[in-house]
Amino acid sequence: MAAEQQGKGLMGWIDARLPVTEAWKKHLAEYYAPKNFNFWYYFGSLALLVLVIQIVTGIFLTMNYKPDGELAFRSVEYIMRDVNWGWLIRYMHSTGASAFFIVVYLHMFRGLMYGSYKKPRELIWIFGMLIYVALMAEAFMGYLLPWGQMSYWGAQVIISLFGAIPFGIGDAITLWLKGDFIVSDATLNRFFALHVIAVPLILVMLVVAHILALHEVGSNNPDGVEIKKNKNEDGIPVDGIPFHPYYTVKDIVGVAGFLIVFFAIIFFAPEMGGYFLEHANFDPADPLKTPEHIAPVWYFTPFYAILRAVPDKLGGVIAMGAAIVVLFFLPWIDRNNVKSIRYRSLAYKVNLWLFAVAFVVLGYFGMQAPTPMGTLISQLCSVIYFGFFVALFFISKMEKTKPVPERVTH
Amino acid sequence: MASETVATQCSFSTDNVDKKKRRLLIAGASVVGGAGVAALAVPFVTSMSPSARALAAGAPVEVDISKLAPGQLMTVEWRGKPVWVVSRTEETLNNLPKNDAHLRDPQSEVPQQPEYAQNETRSIRPEVLVVIGICTHLGCSPTYRPDLAPADLGESWLGGFFCPCHGSRFDFAGRVFQGVPAPTNLEIPPHQYLSDSRILIGEDGGAA
Repeated sequence: MAAEQQGKGLMGWIDARLPVTEAWKKHLAEYYAPKNFNFWYYFGSLALLVLVIQIVTGIFLTMNYKPDGELAFRSVEYIMRDVNWGWLIRYMHSTGASAFFIVVYLHMFRGLMYGSYKKPRELIWIFGMLIYVALMAEAFMGYLLPWGQMSYWGAQVIISLFGAIPFGIGDAITLWLKGDFIVSDATLNRFFALHVIAVPLILVMLVVAHILALHEVGSNNPDGVEIKKNKNEDGIPVDGIPFHPYYTVKDIVGVAGFLIVFFAIIFFAPEMGGYFLEHANFDPADPLKTPEHIAPVWYFTPFYAILRAVPDKLGGVIAMGAAIVVLFFLPWIDRNNVKSIRYRSLAYKVNLWLFAVAFVVLGYFGMQAPTPMGTLISQLCSVIYFGFFVALFFISKMEKTKPVPERVTH
Repeated sequence: MASETVATQCSFSTDNVDKKKRRLLIAGASVVGGAGVAALAVPFVTSMSPSARALAAGAPVEVDISKLAPGQLMTVEWRGKPVWVVSRTEETLNNLPKNDAHLRDPQSEVPQQPEYAQNETRSIRPEVLVVIGICTHLGCSPTYRPDLAPADLGESWLGGFFCPCHGSRFDFAGRVFQGVPAPTNLEIPPHQYLSDSRILIGEDGGAA
């Protein structure tokens, strides 16, 4: 078999047994990405960076954390006060959770703007949505672990959502999820298991699938032009440049910018005024007393606002679930072949920006205590949120688009 | 030559494969394997249900209400949940029927209470309300708001419970108002009077 060995030296020996060089070329050195990537294209690689930060800091946190109803809250305080650099590792992890959602929301909005979910990238979008759902599960279960008041009552509310399912099924599910009649030590322990093993494994596998699917069809770009249509005599897209070194170097700039902001938050505002770590969570969990004002962490509040906007238990839960599920169908709701926002109609642009504004406004009112005015605005924005998809279904078929160029522009 | 013959005989040919038999074997093996996986899933899924220890922890609790002043609320823990014991005044009791038109279930027809508490005051003794302090919407514990017509709850508020999580409102008998997310009245736990001033929560001697 040694005769079949192509390269020489150690790498040749390895390559004959494991396709390391081949993978390096396929996914980095000879993966041709469009040359017109802009600012918005930082967030994919930044999401990967945050995933690594979360896994590494998470491993070190588990070395001192105790998943026990009696000990959990104190063990987190122990990490903060007595463990060497424990405060840094924990703040990296807690800030990382919010940072994850910031970059993921921007990454998703990039996909919306440039039509990156459209044929042939439907599966990339679906894997991305699955990552988003897994990420929400991961963040939700992680938030219970410090066992503060907000941890406790947040988990109580979210688990109770399943109780809205009729015919006694919902009650059986909530009992099964909690493993007790209330959120208790049993709940904490299983959330720990899911948070540190099950969901991270699923997340990493989904990320691999997301990237493999991307590298199969190639990256989209701000013009929404398929660069594979224009290849030179060597079969290389004329508008493509190798991911490494061009985009690895570009992404380093993004990483540097990101880390400056990331560590500025960790050092100077780790609680972010109660948005990243809520004030009520500095009290230990008390099953007999709900805090005066309870809201989820900011990244869940748009959906929470939709839940509250519907004055019916089952209806609210269905609306909240539908707000996430509908995103999976985006590749088929948008029926226009033109990908990028640059070449689409004014109606499309207005629709998209209204959607983005409604999402942010929902996020704001989801954080506030319920007031009649807030509920009214949330209801209006919920209608805009779902209206986006309905309008898109029709606009995409009827709109007058601009001509899409043959080659990418700058 | 001999080895060649053997090789020919052993080489794979799909001509004379009994495809029906092959499909049967594949289907049979899949069913048996699938049943095995399903059977194995049972202990794992069931292990997440409340354990024997959690099930045993639901013992009844005894409460002494001799020191409960009119209008006062005390919280006791039963099965890990807050149970409120509220002493209602004459005025409060007179105000209860005034809410009827705005309630979802003024007659307490949804079985959120034992039979002996399915009455106008949702209690055994009119002046003492015993109710589980968990909102029927998403499980928060509502706040006690006995004050009449406070600024944040509006002029028609006659006292009761307000859930800070999602704005659900309940009157002084734990009955839910219309137009709020909570679907049903607050739950009344099984309870009985051991004497004038002692209540046993969690057990009613089979009265229901």
